[in-house]
Amino acid sequence: MLTAAGRRPWTFYALAAFFALYVAFLYGPMICIFILSFQGPQGALVFPMRGVSLHWFAELVTQTETGDILGAISRSIPLAIIVMAATVAVSVAGGLAFRDRFRGGAALFYAVIVSLVAPGYVLGIGIGLMFQLLGLPAHWYSSALGAQLTWTLPFGLLIMFAVFGRFNRSYEEAARDLGAGAGQILRLVVIPIVLPGIIAVALFGFTLSYDEFARTLQTSGSTNTLPLEIWSMTTNVTSPVIYALGTVTTAFSFIVIGAALSAIALIQRRRYGRALPVGRH
Amino acid sequence: MAPLLAVLLVFVVAPLAFVVAVSFFHYDNFAIIPAFSFENYADVLTAHLTYELYVTMIWFSLLTWFFTLIIGFTVAYFLVFHVRNPLIAIGLFLVCTVPFWTSNVIRMISWLPLLGKQGLINSALLATGVTRQPLQFLLFSDFSVVVSYVHLFTIFMIVPIFNSMSRIDRTLFEAAADAGSSRWQTLLHVVVPLCKSGIALGSIFVVTLVMGDFYVVKVMSGGSRASIVSAMYDDISTLLFPHAAANAVILMIIVVIMVSLILRVVDVRKELASQR
Repeated sequence: MLTAAGRRPWTFYALAAFFALYVAFLYGPMICIFILSFQGPQGALVFPMRGVSLHWFAELVTQTETGDILGAISRSIPLAIIVMAATVAVSVAGGLAFRDRFRGGAALFYAVIVSLVAPGYVLGIGIGLMFQLLGLPAHWYSSALGAQLTWTLPFGLLIMFAVFGRFNRSYEEAARDLGAGAGQILRLVVIPIVLPGIIAVALFGFTLSYDEFARTLQTSGSTNTLPLEIWSMTTNVTSPVIYALGTVTTAFSFIVIGAALSAIALIQRRRYGRALPVGRH
Repeated sequence: MAPLLAVLLVFVVAPLAFVVAVSFFHYDNFAIIPAFSFENYADVLTAHLTYELYVTMIWFSLLTWFFTLIIGFTVAYFLVFHVRNPLIAIGLFLVCTVPFWTSNVIRMISWLPLLGKQGLINSALLATGVTRQPLQFLLFSDFSVVVSYVHLFTIFMIVPIFNSMSRIDRTLFEAAADAGSSRWQTLLHVVVPLCKSGIALGSIFVVTLVMGDFYVVKVMSGGSRASIVSAMYDDISTLLFPHAAANAVILMIIVVIMVSLILRVVDVRKELASQR
């Protein structure tokens, strides 16, 4: 908002300061643990730094005082990839279906909302109980996979609703008039147009699975995923090794987020040239 | 649509049905026994602890709701109405959302080196002579619990409010100004009413997340407080599945009541439909 003279009103500076404080509040603590993860070997969980070293990162790999971190990572990453793929496939299909009214559409939508707002741990207990009473073994790739989908799918669908809300269906009609089959329309017209949205869904699918805790707790069976491992470390590890793990896993998340956002930016830039995309997403 | 239906039926509807069914079961030290009894509900509802847990968590969710609403509204207002360049606005918006895609457990424990007795804040206060003794209430207290909630969940307010605000027609500001409205009056009588659906959606997210919280209360209160869900967790570790299930059903009912109260104030579907 500008005043008549084109100068910024005082509220701009007040709000900008407030925003800066919020960003400091958001990132400050994280930056603290990144710094503390480079504590010297004698260092403690709090400042001051007693030297600078990679000691706690080495500790993480050798796992002398920690649990099975490498094992947890070797489960969490494939799980996140599977959840991501399933979230993308189901959300795109669901988004396409919800463009038209269909019987039971409202009920299905309510189920999506329940899936989103139901306490995660309650869903976890339910899935755990169901597997137990049906005599099925709980594993990260079965029960935990399903449990995580109840968290990632609502986000994926809401994003696809927003994407398809702005999608112009005349492109499809044009393709159909030119003789394209249903598969061709999807592959050559629809998917390329909504690709940025699909990447966003993939980002949510991967990261929300990779960090999921409450729904996974009762459903991962006898082995831990990474967040469960971190959780058990918060109760019995009292050295900066936990900060080192925090730094590693957050850095990994940042790489994934950076890759997804750059891919979206690249597509937008190609599409609109240097000009700015007008629509928001 | 069929795969969506399948996932929701198998992993949302069926599990919730199992929770409801098991909440009526009997149990002994070794197994759960199919039955239809209200014994578990009687146990949960007659325990003094239950009320304490619900009062605590409702209080935490109100406090968190209040602070996330104020912060989320202000941040969204700044991004939508004060940042001129849309690319910068999107960039700053992403700065707010990036932590959402990282681990909540890590973000929570990152408060420990700041708030502790020997933490950064206390050290700074002692060094500058503001206080003589470290402030005890900073960590392992209700204060640190609420700080963590606000830290983790404000994003859930920012996004829906940002969305509603982006759709507001800017000429309304001119109209309000021409009609002699002050900045404050425009905010209260134009912006807030038009953000109602965003505020309601954000409130639903924040309230349900706090009510269903497990680890924040457990870690940040230093074990002095328990949440409804952590009480369930304790039940399940001792194999009291039906007891936990009855508690889960009660929690779901309370959450549904809270959500419908919010929806009663704001008819989200009508609001969303009218903005299309």
